[in-house]
Amino acid sequence: MHFYTYDGSFEGLLTVVFEAYERKEWPDQIGKAGEAPAGIFATHHFIPTQEAKAKRVWQGLAKKLSQAALENVYKTYLWEQPGCEMLLFRFVRLVFASPQSGIEENFAEPVVQKIAAIGKQMFREKHRMEAFIRFQRTQDGLFVAPINPDFNVLPLIVGHFEKRYADQPWLIYDGRRAYGAYYDLEQVQLVSIEELPKSLKKGQLPTDLLTEVEPLYQQLWQVYFDHVNIPERKNRKLHLRHMPKRYWKYLTEKKPRVQAHQPIQNKQLPTGVYRLQP
Amino acid sequence: MQHTVIEKLSILADSAKYDVSCSSSGGKRKNEGKGLGNAEGMGICHSYTEDGRCVSLLKILLTNFCIYDCAYCVSRKSNDVKRVAFTVQEVVDLTINFYRRNYIEGLFLSSGIFKDADYTMERLVRVARKLRQEHKFNGYIHLKTIPGASEELIREAGLYADRLSVNIELPTEASLQTLAPEKNFTEVLTPMSHIKDQLVLVKEEKKLFKSTPAFAPAGQSTQLIVGASPENDRQILTLASGLYQNYELKRVYYSGYVPVTADSRLPLISTPPIIRENRLYQADWLLRLYGFGVNELVDEQNPQLDLQIDPKLAWALRNRQVFPLEINTADYEMIVRVPGIGLKSAKKIVAARRFAPLTWEHLRQIGVVLKRAKYFITAGGRSLERREWDEEVIRRRILFGEKGDRNGLWGSQLDLFSQAG
Ligand code: SF4
Repeated sequence: MHFYTYDGSFEGLLTVVFEAYERKEWPDQIGKAGEAPAGIFATHHFIPTQEAKAKRVWQGLAKKLSQAALENVYKTYLWEQPGCEMLLFRFVRLVFASPQSGIEENFAEPVVQKIAAIGKQMFREKHRMEAFIRFQRTQDGLFVAPINPDFNVLPLIVGHFEKRYADQPWLIYDGRRAYGAYYDLEQVQLVSIEELPKSLKKGQLPTDLLTEVEPLYQQLWQVYFDHVNIPERKNRKLHLRHMPKRYWKYLTEKKPRVQAHQPIQNKQLPTGVYRLQP
Repeated sequence: MQHTVIEKLSILADSAKYDVSCSSSGGKRKNEGKGLGNAEGMGICHSYTEDGRCVSLLKILLTNFCIYDCAYCVSRKSNDVKRVAFTVQEVVDLTINFYRRNYIEGLFLSSGIFKDADYTMERLVRVARKLRQEHKFNGYIHLKTIPGASEELIREAGLYADRLSVNIELPTEASLQTLAPEKNFTEVLTPMSHIKDQLVLVKEEKKLFKSTPAFAPAGQSTQLIVGASPENDRQILTLASGLYQNYELKRVYYSGYVPVTADSRLPLISTPPIIRENRLYQADWLLRLYGFGVNELVDEQNPQLDLQIDPKLAWALRNRQVFPLEINTADYEMIVRVPGIGLKSAKKIVAARRFAPLTWEHLRQIGVVLKRAKYFITAGGRSLERREWDEEVIRRRILFGEKGDRNGLWGSQLDLFSQAG
């Protein structure tokens, strides 16, 4: 039984793949450096990352896979769930073993299904982050969005925000994984903040950092959210399906109100004499 | 000052909320040279209301002053409500600041008719122009076209807006006469055909000159109110399909009537017809994307869509002679017609069967809803059902479960979206 470990980077994982092929010793388990093997009889191989080897594996995959399927390989790594490395490895083996291209469409193969499912799950999380993160403007004009997603999607969303907010500096910070993406009007860099303000972890920036009009715009957004609601159509189940509670911590519109919501009285309906439509 | 903006926003968002179209898809504006915003054609819902509707755009009226008196509308002249109006700059500021914070994809601006149609339309256009030209805003802009506005203004609106819409609201001239006496079909259809002509023209010119300025690249849409007037689903869907064919409409939106007044011309209802609205949307998808014709979904004998089951299942049950289909050989066009198989699953089936004949297990993994599909297909000649059930039994088994559990009824009726596809 072969237990491979790597430094935790994507390139590192691809290097493991390369080495396994080179040695013809197929892994039974892959883990990050420091993790313990499941069985005591495992042969342990620590594989230092080598860019060139990683690149060869990646290019080999690119030749046989569609762009979407290739991205799914990367997404499987970012998925970070236990067993993701072995899954990735089994998929890669299938790809290299198949003489024709298009193997990613062979949905009758369980590992293909699984990778596609992960791709979908990651896409959904990415999409939700792009939808639900909220920026708050600080006094020096930086737009800050604290996040802590279930999966490591920050690398997947940076491109979207770089294009969208090309004329404003911004920082998206993953509190759970303790790193962020900072855009300075020129380019995006990965950054790490030593001492993270506590409130940032909860999705709120310390009030004294915020620009003067920030609370007003947050309040305006809450007012807007309250007034687009149509009480007659209330459907909480659907609401929660689209906007699961775990995302509420990001959402300005789900934060406590400064002023209670005051419905507009613009309907003149008689009370108590409703008749159901046939 | 601040207080007034909050108050204006409350009133003008509240009055705009009954317009259900909130899509921000189809807008493609690339951010070239460090402007603000980028739209790639796929709309994003940034939030959801408590009734589960997508919030994608800042959807407001410029003003709720109105010279008309449409019975179904909260802004009608005779309604005793507070009237306010945004300035052009206020709308621009709200849009930009909401956009920068990732609250919205853009603006959906509509308005009551202030003075006259052109006066109002001119202000809507001014907001859009300011956003595009002064703020280099590439987010989504949807402008409502005020019925009766001049062709010139509509053309200018199309230069800045991604989408233009003219709401028909009521499906027949007769209903329009009763409920919105100052409006008529011609007044609504004229701007619609102006927009269509422009869309076609620009498309043609684009082929010759790449630099032709875009005109409403996300096309035009309209809204029909359902349940405020007596039309049946067949009339509504026939109108919708005609609009898709003759006016190049991207979308027709259906808005279940929410009672706003005790006017005797309007039906008294306690809840909006949400299930009916949902069935119309499902039928609309089948018309646009699944290759169904109106007559296959509703006809003279069945002018209303079945409220209990979705229109695709209803069609399949009426057309048992077409089934069962063998999933390994049937055409894609037929596979999409099987209840429980959506467009994505159908594509996967056609792709995957090139590698190996598909079994029931494969279909399950692909995401086919077997408890619906199994009555209509075979896999490798095998059927999952040993018996030939008749229409009534299949309907009952799908609705209430196979063990005859009647408690399933409420769940399945209220859980509207589980039956889509
Ligand atoms: S014209 Fe528009 S805003 Fe005015 S009453 Fe009719 S529907 Fe309402």
